[in-house]
Amino acid sequence: MPTGYKYVLPDQNGWSRALHFEAAWLAVLTGLLYVAWGLFRGHFRRNLVPASRDLSAASLWSVIAQHLRLLPAREDDGRSYNVLQRLTYLSVIFILFPLAIWTGLAMSPGIASAMPAAVSVLGGLQSARTIHFFVFILLVLFAAVHIAMVCIGGFGKRMRAMITSRAATGKEKNEQVLTT
Amino acid sequence: MNKFSRRKLFTTGLYMAGGASGLAAATVLARRYGLVPPDCGGIYGPGETLSYAAHRLFARDSLAREFPRSMISNPPFPNQADPLGKEFERLRDGGFSDWRLAVDGMVARPASFSVADVKSFPRHSQITQLQCEEGWSYVAEWTGARFSHILDVVGALPQARYVVYSSFERDTWDSIDMADARHPQTFIAYGMNGEELPVKHGGPLRMRLPRQMGYKNIKYITRLTVTDSLKGFGKGMGSVSAEYGYAWYAGI
Repeated sequence: MPTGYKYVLPDQNGWSRALHFEAAWLAVLTGLLYVAWGLFRGHFRRNLVPASRDLSAASLWSVIAQHLRLLPAREDDGRSYNVLQRLTYLSVIFILFPLAIWTGLAMSPGIASAMPAAVSVLGGLQSARTIHFFVFILLVLFAAVHIAMVCIGGFGKRMRAMITSRAATGKEKNEQVLTT
Repeated sequence: MNKFSRRKLFTTGLYMAGGASGLAAATVLARRYGLVPPDCGGIYGPGETLSYAAHRLFARDSLAREFPRSMISNPPFPNQADPLGKEFERLRDGGFSDWRLAVDGMVARPASFSVADVKSFPRHSQITQLQCEEGWSYVAEWTGARFSHILDVVGALPQARYVVYSSFERDTWDSIDMADARHPQTFIAYGMNGEELPVKHGGPLRMRLPRQMGYKNIKYITRLTVTDSLKGFGKGMGSVSAEYGYAWYAGI
């Protein structure tokens, strides 16, 4: 595809934009369900909001130090999220994803006409695009670290726990996992 | 494991049947109220349909942002254009006095306008952003005739649903629904930043609809066709760009 700035795009890439926007709808619709359900069932309050005692500098540092020294996970780590996980998940759910959706919508000329303030607050269309890219990079980083941690923590064990939601709560199950 | 009991299977089946019939009913209603774009087929159809329907339901009459004169981009960025050929050069050398804008289809009074005719219609201006799919954008002042005024002059019939617009460039055409065709900021533009619309920006006549991406703002407009169906145009997907995989509705 010829363009005006001496660079030739390798191919017609309409499919990628269509995939992007369809995936955006999927992310928004499932995300809304997830957040509504999480609020309704108290998932965020119970499992993600860190206890205030875990937020002290000393306690935060001890968890960070544990990770930096690459110490093996504590035995109760499979049953609940540590404070770093909680803060990361909360930022992804309530900061990064909403920001990705907001900056994405701000790049839509139709949305900009309906909600001009949503664009001007961000500093205009091109600032929205820049923020959108940085959020994208942060989300990719999160996904990479998240998947790496799942692999380190025992891929099979963690996947089983995710799919059946059992391993984290059932005591016998935990023992089983430990003995195998 | 009695987790997957018969009862559960049954209720799940009921939910799925309910969901499927709900979806079917929604599709019928969406078609009835013009919320389904012509390129609604294929695996990406649902995404395109949701976007178009959402915009038509919640932002049908919204006005594109207008900017202060101080924010006009200098110079505005023109995309690279293919050579337009000998015939275009002849028209340009004649000051476009022989340029014609034909209007046909579902209209009471088919017409063929010269650029001077278009300029004789009430003159409007807007300082709006043109935003390209490739990422760049610029703000410019556009001057032209309202698309809706042209539709009134030729007497577009009430059953009209789309207007197809074609370019002097070969195989270049697109279409809009009546929400955009009747929108006060949809222009046939002939002026830019206080001067004649330069050829590299689509002069003498360019489609200007600031609520959609740049690629809907086709240059060198020669024909408008009012219609109630896009089936007879190309592959029936509403535009050439849709045939290449770029959404027909580009308000995103």
